[in-house]
Amino acid sequence: MAITVYFFGSLVDITGQSKKELNSFSDTDALNLLLQKDYPTLISTKYFIAVNQQMIKTNHELNNGDIVALMPPFSGG
Amino acid sequence: MTDRDRYQRQMILPGFGLDTQEKLLAAKVLIIGVGGLGCPALQYLVGAGVGYIGIMDADKISLSNLHRQLLFTESDIGLLKVSQAAAKMRLLNADVTIETYPFHIDQSNALAIISKYDLIIDATDNFPAKYLINDACLVLNKPYVFGAVSRYEGQVAVFNLDTSSNPIQYRDLFPEAPKPGEVPSCAEAGVIGVLPGIIGAMQAAEAIKIITGIGTPLYGRLYHYNLLLAQGFEIEISANEKVFEMNERIFLENCYEENEDEMDIPEITVSEFNRMRVLPEVYVLDVRERHEYPSIDFSDAQIPMSELQAKMHEIPEKEICIICHQGIRSVYAAQQISKKRNLKVYSVKGGLTAYFK
Repeated sequence: MAITVYFFGSLVDITGQSKKELNSFSDTDALNLLLQKDYPTLISTKYFIAVNQQMIKTNHELNNGDIVALMPPFSGG
Repeated sequence: MTDRDRYQRQMILPGFGLDTQEKLLAAKVLIIGVGGLGCPALQYLVGAGVGYIGIMDADKISLSNLHRQLLFTESDIGLLKVSQAAAKMRLLNADVTIETYPFHIDQSNALAIISKYDLIIDATDNFPAKYLINDACLVLNKPYVFGAVSRYEGQVAVFNLDTSSNPIQYRDLFPEAPKPGEVPSCAEAGVIGVLPGIIGAMQAAEAIKIITGIGTPLYGRLYHYNLLLAQGFEIEISANEKVFEMNERIFLENCYEENEDEMDIPEITVSEFNRMRVLPEVYVLDVRERHEYPSIDFSDAQIPMSELQAKMHEIPEKEICIICHQGIRSVYAAQQISKKRNLKVYSVKGGLTAYFK
């Protein structure tokens, strides 16, 4: 089992996909770094990270089967 | 027709009796923004019998509103949203008192108006207003229902519902507002009409739950809805460890304006643009995202706003005319380029919308 990453809003345009399966990563910092290397636009984009539907504020250990979500702000109304 | 008839269908619900209905009639709700989110939220709250509703919006109704703001009709075009909405809602339910505020929320009026209400619905369409509402509600200890949409996706959450020293608020998700242009607006990114209808109705549902105490409010959770996939995704929100300090003085001294400390960018009209774009020393840069329509054949390059920082070096030593959909992002892009590169930059006023008019 791998780690599943979900992208929302404008992040789908940046990464070209709404969902990505990745081989196991030690933690969210490592995962985020790889994503920013693959998609440099992410560096200047605002989003927060959630692991298994719980928002995280600091580096978080990842295990196989975890679901990671990258959520940007929306402002439309 | 008695009240009992009007509300009979909801009063027979389990957990929803006469006393619950009376809570709605006694409640005061302020809806800020009477657009895609605010119209459906307003209609359902008036229907449900919320006794006193304030509506706030400076805008007039335009044709491009009608695909999602179904409260309005073609004959309303050019008239004030709050006046038309109030007139229609008085016809729907005479029990409800509607107060109108035909101006935008700002630091000078927010505290005085919000303090008159029990609950606030943020149905605005821009980040400065969203942060301002968040902070004003913190100052006044008012719960508020957040809603926002982007193309086919929406977000809903309830903030500031507990009276602890560190309630869950929008700044727990995104501590600072994005810079102008960083996130495209509805006018630029587009939105399907039914989406704010769904999100605005959810905001009304949360408001009714908070007022009556039925169910579990969406507090401490961000609900994300994807219309294309018909999927919801819920995220539990973690509060910032450091208590976010907010009081009246901080609120009034804060800056919520966009473009503060940004340089002025010369804007050119479509006819000026048409004259310039054929000149060899002029470089036309399209900063729309790749999925945006229509495609154009008169740009020298397309660097989406989201890639601009990374691709700044690709812009040649020429005079740069920047174009986008509405002429909003192009100003921001021009500011970004001016900061990094010593080039003459212009923004095409009104963007491609003006160009194809």
